[in-house]
Amino acid sequence: MSIIENHTTNGQPFCKDPKLTARGVGVFYGEKQAIFDVSLDIGANEVIALIGPSGCGKSTFLRCLNRMNDTIDICRVTGAIELDGEDIYDPKVDVVPLRARVGMVFQKPNPFPKSIYDNIAYGPRIHGLAQSRVELDEIVEKSLQRAGLWNEVKDRLHAPGTGLSGGQQQRLCIARTIAVDPEVILMDEPCSALDPIATAKIEELIDELRENYTIAIVTHSMQQAARVSQRTAYFHLGQLIEVNPTDQVFTTPEHALTEAYITGRFG
Amino acid sequence: MNYSSLIIAVLILLGGAYLLGRNRARAIANQGMKLHSLPTHYGALMALWTGLPPLLLLLLWGLMEPRIVDQLLVAQLPAHIQNGSGAEIQLAVSKVHNLAIGSGVSEAPELQPAVKHLQALQQRFDLLQAGVILALALIGVALTWRRIKADMRARSEVERIVRYMLFASSGIAVLTTLGILASVVYEAWLFFHKVSIFEFLFGTSWSPQIALRADQSGSSGDFGAVPLFAGTLLISLIAMVIAVPVGLMAAIYLSEYATSRVRSFAKPALEILAGIPTVVYGFFAALTVAPIIRGLGESMGLDVSSESALAAGLVMGIMIIPFVSSLSDDVINAVPQSLRDGSYGLGATRSETVRQVVIPAALPGIVGAVMLAVSRAIGETMIVAMAAGLAANLTFNPLDSVTTVTVQIVTLLVGDQEFDSPKTLAAFALGLVLFLVTLVLNYVALKIVQKYREQYD
Amino acid sequence: MTKSSMTTREKVEKSMKRRRAAEQRFRMYGVASVLFGLLCLVVLFGDILSKGTSAFSQTVIETSITLDADYLGLDKNADDQQVRLANFEGLIKQHFKDMVQPDGRKERRQLYSLVSAGASWQLQNMVLNDRSLLGQTIEVALIADDDVDQWFKHDRGHAHNAMLNETQIGWLEQWAEQGILKTRFNTLFFVNGDSREPELAGIRGAITGTFLTLLVTFLLSFPIGVAAAIYLEEFAPKNKITEFVEININNLAAVPSITFGLLGLAIFINIFGVARSTPLVGGLVLTLMTLPTIIISGRAAIKAVPPSIREAALGLGASRVQVVFHHVLPLALPGMLTGTIIGMAQALGETAPLLMIGMVAFVVDVPAFISDPSTVLPVQIFLWSDSPERAFTERTSGAIIVLLGFLVIMNTAAVMLRRRLERRW
Repeated sequence: MSIIENHTTNGQPFCKDPKLTARGVGVFYGEKQAIFDVSLDIGANEVIALIGPSGCGKSTFLRCLNRMNDTIDICRVTGAIELDGEDIYDPKVDVVPLRARVGMVFQKPNPFPKSIYDNIAYGPRIHGLAQSRVELDEIVEKSLQRAGLWNEVKDRLHAPGTGLSGGQQQRLCIARTIAVDPEVILMDEPCSALDPIATAKIEELIDELRENYTIAIVTHSMQQAARVSQRTAYFHLGQLIEVNPTDQVFTTPEHALTEAYITGRFG
Repeated sequence: MNYSSLIIAVLILLGGAYLLGRNRARAIANQGMKLHSLPTHYGALMALWTGLPPLLLLLLWGLMEPRIVDQLLVAQLPAHIQNGSGAEIQLAVSKVHNLAIGSGVSEAPELQPAVKHLQALQQRFDLLQAGVILALALIGVALTWRRIKADMRARSEVERIVRYMLFASSGIAVLTTLGILASVVYEAWLFFHKVSIFEFLFGTSWSPQIALRADQSGSSGDFGAVPLFAGTLLISLIAMVIAVPVGLMAAIYLSEYATSRVRSFAKPALEILAGIPTVVYGFFAALTVAPIIRGLGESMGLDVSSESALAAGLVMGIMIIPFVSSLSDDVINAVPQSLRDGSYGLGATRSETVRQVVIPAALPGIVGAVMLAVSRAIGETMIVAMAAGLAANLTFNPLDSVTTVTVQIVTLLVGDQEFDSPKTLAAFALGLVLFLVTLVLNYVALKIVQKYREQYD
Repeated sequence: MTKSSMTTREKVEKSMKRRRAAEQRFRMYGVASVLFGLLCLVVLFGDILSKGTSAFSQTVIETSITLDADYLGLDKNADDQQVRLANFEGLIKQHFKDMVQPDGRKERRQLYSLVSAGASWQLQNMVLNDRSLLGQTIEVALIADDDVDQWFKHDRGHAHNAMLNETQIGWLEQWAEQGILKTRFNTLFFVNGDSREPELAGIRGAITGTFLTLLVTFLLSFPIGVAAAIYLEEFAPKNKITEFVEININNLAAVPSITFGLLGLAIFINIFGVARSTPLVGGLVLTLMTLPTIIISGRAAIKAVPPSIREAALGLGASRVQVVFHHVLPLALPGMLTGTIIGMAQALGETAPLLMIGMVAFVVDVPAFISDPSTVLPVQIFLWSDSPERAFTERTSGAIIVLLGFLVIMNTAAVMLRRRLERRW
């Protein structure tokens, strides 16, 4: 398998009311190119799923959207990504407020070695979102409630976050992200380290969060993409092959590669 | 050079035995018998049995002979020396030794019989030694020769011996620790017979020099070590004030901020500081830093001692910077990237991530690193021996001259010593304190670091 | 989710000014720390180099002197003993007296003190090598006294020199103008042993002592260290005893070096009767000190050999010992050697424990064997640094340069060895 020459993305990569727009995005790790000319819109208050075989560049693309790739020395991004019409790779843009607007949840739950309370309060504290202790308490409680974790942890807010179960830890990380009140939440295979029950809870949560947030989720599981997303983008070897409404992708895919993937011929 | 020629002889025999054993095995094989092991294994077995026992005996002999010879020698000394004190006998014995090898400076006719006796004795011992050692080697050859048969399990036997040798090698570390403990504990125990342990640990006056004066034979000088402990702490504290912040910040900068090009240059450059011998730092402290500090102090109207604690502590701090920075670098790198990502993903700046996520996560490791650095500062000898003073002042003024435990050990033990004097024994008591304190620091620090590493492994 | 009038975005933007400043500050601290460390390095090296490079040159007085056979009481057939007893010192004094014509005894003494005590030894050596020089007038470069050396190299023309008076400086200025006062490469520094006279003191004794000491250290610590590393990594059962041994090794690596000196004094010298001040006892002490380094790096090197190689050999029916000696050891050896070189470099710079075991003795003769009294380079540095003469300060720095040179060579060798033999699995 090699990359397809002169490929243009099939389906509907663009939408009317885009929150994030990517145009001709390429990513290089040193000499090696990992993403080729990806153009994609992410609409406001939609959940878009990025799927594709391992190493197809879906996570790399996701990490471009809040410039998490900046932390890797040799990584270089070309093309344009705009958030509400502002170029996020403009040299004048500070990544700090950008990341406050575009939050991220990672593959493996990564609670800080602090208490549950401090985990949630970390973001609001550094960004100066709360004027008082009462306000901070309120943010913590609300975030935990929205993440569906409040009832499980309200009696042990000052216990270490690392003591929670895997699913709880991941919901803690989502709560931590919500606490900063972002506009977009990026989720990089948030359930891959979790058991089915915990996964179901997170999926439920994603569905609820859609009301307020724009969500891009990278997933390995086609069922999960089908369950939580409105649109699905299929990546293959660093190229964006097809973007369509989720129902359509899983019933009548346009591109042969997409069909091959969803019917399980490779993955 | 009886020893070197004997060792060479044994080595030659060992080589011969190897060939002999191998050839014998080959001969057996040529007779059509199936050997259990390769011929070389038989050769190795023969070599081991030929070489090992004589070499071990030689070592033992070398350790025992001087004792025995001296015992026999004392009996030959003139009566009035024999009845004298231990030190006098020792002195006479070493004189006899010097005369016997022709390097004695003083004529001592009364010792002549002893000298003659010693020379004769040594000749006899040398002969005896050569005979016994060579005989032992040959017995080894003969016995193994007879044991070599087709069904003999030479390989397993060789491997068993090799394993024992490997085991013995790793045991040397334990023996070293025991050796250090035994030497300091025994001498310190003798010391505490002369000076009470309470006075030593809590006394505030230190002047062991008095014990040297003959007219004060009854007095044993002052051995209150508190000024030394205070001086050691003061200098270590100054060193830590320099080394911990600078080392830690340098490690943070290099691991979290610097580009890989800067890191690849600055990291080894800083580590050069750790490779510079301490005697060089001592020289630098005494001849460059101390005069500068003194000059600066005087220009500000301060009274600075030319051997100020500040100069020694400052330079010691510089020496310890790379120690702190490379240990902290290790522990900071052990903090999982996912924690940093989590923090950056929330929009934290680098410094917020470092201060509020990375450092708290790495804290146990950093504490361990600092403890190891403290242990290092306490035990550092040359810088303080060259740049700090000898005066046991009980002060916490960094511009004053203070002395340390290690400086006193060096001064008490360098030069002519009379063993058994409280002065020399005091050095071992100080050594005991030093060893115990650093042992505890190291042990706890290593445990903390180990636990910390396991947490993220 | 915000209660107050400002949106989250505004609040974040508002916090940015303060946070950017904090970020800059923090970064600055980091840069400052690294720069401070590097600055220390530069200052240290600069200081030593500026103090020490002049140790490699020596002031000499070039003059033509007649080796008056009658004055010396020697003829062409004189044997070595007679030459050694001849009064070359008087000859030199006479020569300079004739040359300068000093006034009175006091001035004579001042004149004589300009020439090193080693000058007569120079002439004596020339005659010992070639008797035909007797009676001839020869061109020689006589070693100047250390005070002259310091004046000529550092003070001439600007600073006041406390060691020489006006008359002496007058003579020297005259000689300098005549071009008979010169500096040349200081060979003596490398071929002589220690001396009380700075201009005659050299580091050959210390270097030889260092070499012998390190030889003993290497011969003992390398095999023992490798054997211990093999045992702990390949054979040791995972039990309390092994754990105890490991704790011991890790702890010994961090124990103050001076305690090893105490062990050497109490056990090797006082109990086992090993001779003091010798490379043998020095090597024994340094062996114990470097063993932990060698064992720890050796174990790391063995660990780096992938288990697949062991399994492959075991699968072919090799015994554990054979696997280790035929396969693991050859692959791990470069790493072990690197660790050993680093350990030896540590031993090379070590001073404190050697003070305890009498290697501080003033040794003029160059040691020839591991049982001869000797000193080592770092201890020589320590001894010289205590001497009040300025020329000794210079020599101390010179010796430090030589010591650092050795260390650079050893560490470069270790790095190169590691690069060259580094294996990627």
